[in-house]
Amino acid sequence: MDIQTIVKQVMEELQKEGQIKSGDKPANDAVHTKESSVRTIIYEKVKQSGVDLPADLQEIEKVQAITPARIGIGRTGTRMKTRNYLDFRIDHAAAQDAVFKDVSEKLLNELKLPVLHSKAETMDQYLMDLDSGRKLHDSSRQWAEENLPKNKEVQIIVSDGLSSTGVEANIRDLLPALVQGLQSKSISLGEPVFIKRSRVWIQDDLASIVNCDCVISLIGERPGLATAKSISAYLIYQPNEDTVEADRTVISNIHEGGVPPVEAGAHLADLIEDILKHKASGVKLSQLK
Amino acid sequence: MYTCTLKNQTYQFRSIADVLAKASEEKSGDKMAGISAGSSIERMAAKVVLSEIKLKEIYENPVIPYEKDEVTRIIYDDLNLFIYKEIANWSVGELRDYILSHQTRTSDLFRISKGLTSEMISAAAKLMSSIDLVMASQKIRPTAHCNTTIGEAGRLAFRCQPNHPIDHPDGILASMKEGLSYGSGDAVIGVNPNNDSVESVSRILHMTHDFIQKWEIPTQNCVLAHITTQMQALKKGAPIALMFQSLAGTQAANEDFGVSKEMLDEAFQLMAKHGTSTGPNQLYFETGQGSEVSLDAHLGIDMQTLEARTYGYARHWKPFMVNNVSGFIGPETIYDGKQVIRADLEDLFMGKMHGLPMGIAPTYTNHMQADQNDQEIAGMLTALAGANFYMGVPGGDDVMLSYQDTSYHDDASLREMLGLRPLREFEIWLENMGIMENGRLTERAGDLSIFK
Repeated sequence: MDIQTIVKQVMEELQKEGQIKSGDKPANDAVHTKESSVRTIIYEKVKQSGVDLPADLQEIEKVQAITPARIGIGRTGTRMKTRNYLDFRIDHAAAQDAVFKDVSEKLLNELKLPVLHSKAETMDQYLMDLDSGRKLHDSSRQWAEENLPKNKEVQIIVSDGLSSTGVEANIRDLLPALVQGLQSKSISLGEPVFIKRSRVWIQDDLASIVNCDCVISLIGERPGLATAKSISAYLIYQPNEDTVEADRTVISNIHEGGVPPVEAGAHLADLIEDILKHKASGVKLSQLK
Repeated sequence: MYTCTLKNQTYQFRSIADVLAKASEEKSGDKMAGISAGSSIERMAAKVVLSEIKLKEIYENPVIPYEKDEVTRIIYDDLNLFIYKEIANWSVGELRDYILSHQTRTSDLFRISKGLTSEMISAAAKLMSSIDLVMASQKIRPTAHCNTTIGEAGRLAFRCQPNHPIDHPDGILASMKEGLSYGSGDAVIGVNPNNDSVESVSRILHMTHDFIQKWEIPTQNCVLAHITTQMQALKKGAPIALMFQSLAGTQAANEDFGVSKEMLDEAFQLMAKHGTSTGPNQLYFETGQGSEVSLDAHLGIDMQTLEARTYGYARHWKPFMVNNVSGFIGPETIYDGKQVIRADLEDLFMGKMHGLPMGIAPTYTNHMQADQNDQEIAGMLTALAGANFYMGVPGGDDVMLSYQDTSYHDDASLREMLGLRPLREFEIWLENMGIMENGRLTERAGDLSIFK
């Protein structure tokens, strides 16, 4: 018996038992009132096997639980089934929207983070002109020079980057865990700051002002489909004009489905200890280790 | 200095680099770098000038001087001067006509490619339309051999890309089984690691190697960590069939990536000595328009020309795969679907014209103006143009790198719509596994639980 026949029989059984209401049948079956023509759909993503006649259904459900990857979804012909295709497009739509939201004032107040600005005046400028997000705005530079503690071992920067959602979701757990980790190792720390519309390289700019040994940026990652809530940490030892990308150490995918933020805080503190000990970061650090 | 009068307006260009930049089709990265044409008509004036520039002028004026840049040195040192001299007096327009002519055979193109610098190939591409690029690309089919042979006519391969956000071994394994069950993985089983430590990278290498051994899969494994990490893993005995590195088109950008000729030479020799694969092609490079401009290491040269130079650099190490990921960076380099499609077609042609076994990853990120429709169009067009391989990502959604690429479903679809088969060795394996019959997926395909 093929799958369509089975489905058809099951549907007929369900209808007999009255589990499918007439509103679910094609409209021309019934004379319908105004109310019955309103259909409410509450769409939720459900993770379940879409494989027709799998060799081992339990195995598929088991592995679906250990990875956010879209596996075990099956196919129609060579293509995705309708449900999975819609899931994908919905997640893309949500991710696109996440780029253009701001981190809330409430969160920044709660964490008591001073807010600095990059040279990017608008989101569009930020997206299209990399340099604008890599340098501090003159007023922020002046404020940092006058107010931030200098000559500490570590400076922390929080950046909205490409996902303010990521900052919102993780920074409450991540930042205290990191600060606590550093304190327990007696590593001296400047005042953490939030820099609006900033990119990774702004850490070089700020490091030159506060004169720290290691600067760490916690930055909202570009949103993916599986999660729009991911943060990356970029660490660098004493950046200068000869600094290259390979000098930066990166820990990515900090979020509940990746490296959980509390765990990441402790791990990053260990990593900073390592960087300070070896006086190096990035590829240089991994070669020294 | 070049000038061109067009529609009663005179346009001036300072140098060959300036002509090349302004003759480029519109891309946001060139705009950000401040080197693109100021108007559509200025772009056309640059194309007119470019069409009349002799190959000799380009040869004598590399966009970045030989003394200053390792990429330029590799390109010039590898050039066949006998062949170059035969064509030195051609204009760029004549080169384009030659490439597209019915009289020009595949073997002719392979031959002249040895006498062309990367800037010449970039220049020809700038005078080509989408169909031109597809027609030219179809003519050139570079092949390479690692454990499987890639690039043969009628065949299309895929990299199974089973990434996991924190490298969970069972998660990687599950996505890998999923990919293989769709017939994806004949180019390579290649994992992007989240954790770049030697131990973690070695663990994934052992795991993928063991799986390939157990199921006797004719393919190669690769973990796309930094090349220095992979070399350390290899020296400690980790099984590597294919070694990976990202490359760019200027020495400055390659320094940013932490890579140099010396390092690649070492990797090449290490793989010949300790790699697990047959070879002779044992390296895998990733490239793509825009990395130099996003690293601020473009030196005033346009993205497309720098991409061509990346191929001139890459061909020195005879790679098994060169994977183009234009579109991976974001809107500051490639703004929208239209720019991605154009870049993919240009890059495929330019890579093939360098004699490289090219694959394309038509990708988009969530902060650019592109969607699934654009990506699928780019995939279909480059498949028509004869790309050697694509990525295979579960459901098209890379949960580690946070971007969208071709899915296992797309892979199977591209083969089916164009009547293409998997790589020879791998197709036999798929048939033995009951996943494929006569080039079509069986009912068993798409079920990861068949690997028990």
